[in-house]
Amino acid sequence: METVLRLEGVCKQYADFALRNVSFKLDRGFVMGLIGPNGAGKTTTIKLIMNLLSRDQGRIELFGLDNIAHEMTVKEKIGFVYDTVPYYGVLTIGEMKSLIAPFYRQWNESQFQRYLRDFELNPNQQIDKLSRGMKIKFQLAMSLSHGAELIIMDEPTSGLDPVFRSELLDILYDFILDEGRSVLFSTHITTDLEKIADYITFLNRGEVLFSLPKDELLERYALVKGGLDILNDGSAAGRLIGVRRGQTGFSALTADPESLSRHYGSRLTLERASLDDIMVYLVRGERSV
Amino acid sequence: MAIDIILTNTGDVPIYQQIVDQIKGAVLRGELGADEPLPSIRLLAKELQISVITTKRAYEELEKDGLIYTIPGKGSFVAGVDQRRLNESKEKLVEEKIKEVIDVAERLAVSRDDLRVIFNRAMEEER
Repeated sequence: METVLRLEGVCKQYADFALRNVSFKLDRGFVMGLIGPNGAGKTTTIKLIMNLLSRDQGRIELFGLDNIAHEMTVKEKIGFVYDTVPYYGVLTIGEMKSLIAPFYRQWNESQFQRYLRDFELNPNQQIDKLSRGMKIKFQLAMSLSHGAELIIMDEPTSGLDPVFRSELLDILYDFILDEGRSVLFSTHITTDLEKIADYITFLNRGEVLFSLPKDELLERYALVKGGLDILNDGSAAGRLIGVRRGQTGFSALTADPESLSRHYGSRLTLERASLDDIMVYLVRGERSV
Repeated sequence: MAIDIILTNTGDVPIYQQIVDQIKGAVLRGELGADEPLPSIRLLAKELQISVITTKRAYEELEKDGLIYTIPGKGSFVAGVDQRRLNESKEKLVEEKIKEVIDVAERLAVSRDDLRVIFNRAMEEER
């Protein structure tokens, strides 16, 4: 299977933050969610991929090519949706399109017109006057009209309502109906957008905690709840992650639900963990170490 | 395609398994006939709002069980099953469910003898 995006040992040092040894890969035809709390390094990672920041160490390949040495070639195939719109706000949608479209060899004008209609965008509207959701749709219309094979989105849903999120999900599902296409998006809140993700890469404090198929992740972890006495039992302690201790009991994440259930039976309840649960408890677990 | 697939997030059954069970059920009940086309992996993912990997895994399981076949570039179709294999599959499906029940009983420390009593009682009640 062809790999469309590969990071290997990528490092970036700042005075107060460091991205350390970031490695993951995305195969053609799949969707990856880059998740993690605020300040985990998601935007830095995406900017390094787009060569908006230069890395200190490591390799980044897009479609098998170095992202800096072949920047022009690879960017032809990428649709990038920024958190804040990179366009000149005083221009209209139509004017901005006329400015940018000539840079793309594979520009498809009729497709662009179709997306404007589908997304209910008015070409005569000034970019500054667009809502946040509309700005994202405009960026997507641009991406989808230049034959992008990989869409990269930084926090596309933050601050947007469920109706927009659901529309975005539909747009992405339509995009990947073609098995040659892939998507990478980042988010700090796990929302309905994760439904579409095949892989989840979890960043915390500048490091990758894991990069796994979402289904494997959801099958691996479970949410445990039980009485406080269990916490004093040595055999449980090693199997609990990010324990939250209350007055009336505890809750935690576990990667070993079977042995806990065998050992404690009905003294514990085990539930399916959501991505949110996994994120919250793993981050808490890391902090307490 | 005349099949309903209704997914639930509340149970313990993984999503891919729910798809496998429901398509298998439709085939075994004869609702899906031989060589009937199934939706593509990517279309089904879109319809059900789940990931491509999940639907892919479901179709791979169904293929392994001989219930569907895939022609590259054309899609997936319901396999023709003769009556004997159909019956075998039905029996296997029921046996799997019974094994799950035995498993639950063991975890709850219900003895085999008690389990038989419960089973017979349930059979009576269903009659």
